[in-house]
Amino acid sequence: MTLELVGVDAGYGRTQVLRDVNLASEPEGVVAVLGHNGAGKTTLVRTAVGLLRPTRGQVLWDGEDITSLAPHKRVARGLAYVPQGQQSFGQLTTTENLQLVADRARPRARRAALVDAAMERFPALTAVATRKAGLLSGGQRQQLAIARALITEPKLLVLDEPTEGIQPSVVAEIEAAVTDLASSGTAVLLVEQHVGFALAAAARYAVLASGRVVSTGAGGREAHAGVREALTI
Amino acid sequence: MDVIGSQLVAGVSIGSVLLLVAIGLSLTFGQMGVINMAHGEFIMAGAYTAYVVQQILGDAGLSLLVALPVAFAVGGALGALLEQLLVRHMYHRPLDTLLATFGVSLVLQQLARDIFGAPAVDVRTPSWLQGNVEVLGTVVPWTRLFILGVVVVAVGGLALLLTTTALGRRIRAVVLNRQLAETSGISTRATDRLTFVIGSGLAGVAGVVLTLVGSTGPTLGTGYIVDAFLVVVAGGIGQIRGAVLAAFGLGLLQAFVELSTTASIAKFLILVIVVAFLQVRPQGLFTVRTRSLA
Ligand SMILES: Nc1ncnc2c1ncn2[C@@H]1O[C@H](COP(=O)(O)OP(=O)(O)O)[C@@H](O)[C@H]1O
Ligand SMILES: [Mg+2]
Repeated sequence: MTLELVGVDAGYGRTQVLRDVNLASEPEGVVAVLGHNGAGKTTLVRTAVGLLRPTRGQVLWDGEDITSLAPHKRVARGLAYVPQGQQSFGQLTTTENLQLVADRARPRARRAALVDAAMERFPALTAVATRKAGLLSGGQRQQLAIARALITEPKLLVLDEPTEGIQPSVVAEIEAAVTDLASSGTAVLLVEQHVGFALAAAARYAVLASGRVVSTGAGGREAHAGVREALTI
Repeated sequence: MDVIGSQLVAGVSIGSVLLLVAIGLSLTFGQMGVINMAHGEFIMAGAYTAYVVQQILGDAGLSLLVALPVAFAVGGALGALLEQLLVRHMYHRPLDTLLATFGVSLVLQQLARDIFGAPAVDVRTPSWLQGNVEVLGTVVPWTRLFILGVVVVAVGGLALLLTTTALGRRIRAVVLNRQLAETSGISTRATDRLTFVIGSGLAGVAGVVLTLVGSTGPTLGTGYIVDAFLVVVAGGIGQIRGAVLAAFGLGLLQAFVELSTTASIAKFLILVIVVAFLQVRPQGLFTVRTRSLA
């Protein structure tokens, strides 16, 4: 499954942010979207998952036009999204946050196993299973957010700055989870301001500046120089 | 002591009626933020449902029990219609919603007048609810205890639904964060509709029970709508336990204030007290507290 943005313009009211953006995920592996604060990365992924309707251009899922498909239907097709900022349902417990998503799974008997598997992937969550998500630490909340996305058993996982503002010990766990997912066949679209991990994990990258894709290329550590140059524009 | 006992009982009794009319609103207004001025007319529709069911079945006792679920369906259907035709186009536009649903409330009142006539209709009380029982040294009609029972079941059922079922999780999640719910695979549209239907259905149930304590006429709902909003606002938006405390708190307040004055002055004083309270605590009795905005 690949997600593709074709000639996309998008913005908020009269403010145009994205300009003629073309970008595709890979069938598997990581595609990194890099760019400074305010470059339009979040706007790009919000358009991809359907929270924002492009004013021009198309969003394709495996070639099919899903530009006007509701976000929850995209989730059902295998597109999962972890938004920026460690978002969770604060008044629901950790377990309820996970059940909420598992509730959609069929057959019904699989639901408990999905929740258990998510807890196993992030053991830190087990200790806070009955605590309200609003009371978790930033790192725990982000792990919860990723766990929630994984319960939908996505074909493509979109992560918006998953390690931003998170304590270093948890950053390593989150990065390990991303690497592990990518190598086990889930495609990842990884938005990052910090190039290090993103480039190391990525098969391909795109650099965004002022709402335009200004540079693309193959990932890996050797791509650093090119990306640094694109980022200074 | 006798006076205190009797006013306690009266207060709980007033409180249970307040809670009954407010419980549906605690979903549609409290959880969803929709100012539905036709909520009172959904209550009225529930009352007429009790009347119609009684006309069909004859037996007052059986018809009361049958009317409860039927009125839930009638209220729910009216709610589904209103949500689909009006409310959903006006989420986040409270003034438009208020005016439009006020118009709907007038239409529903006129409809009731056209179908059932302007004078109140007679809904008979079942024989097993006639008579009184002594509680705390005070004589209490059985109907009042029945109302308390229905309220306990309705509130308890709603609380169980919200806290233990998949639908309840969805309702709470959509209230907390719509976009996150939608991108977690939840149809916020379907959840909105269902929440509104349940809240409106509870209005229908309230209407059935109100036939036991008041007259059933086209304007039955208007007498309760302000009280219902008052309870939800005082309790704290989105908090069912807040509505419970506010309803019984206001009921007791009214019972004790009535001791030294008349009922209408008591109502006025309570309004003043609630407004003053909201100056100090605009968020109501309870607030949603989390560490982050999420
Ligand atoms: N809700 C919004 N309304 C108006 N402008 C916005 C909104 N969100 C972001 N922007 C603007 O869009 C631009 C891109 O923002 P964003 O996509 O969040 O960038 P990034 O994620 O790369 O930091 C910024 O100039 C920002 O101010
Ligand atoms: Mg961003």
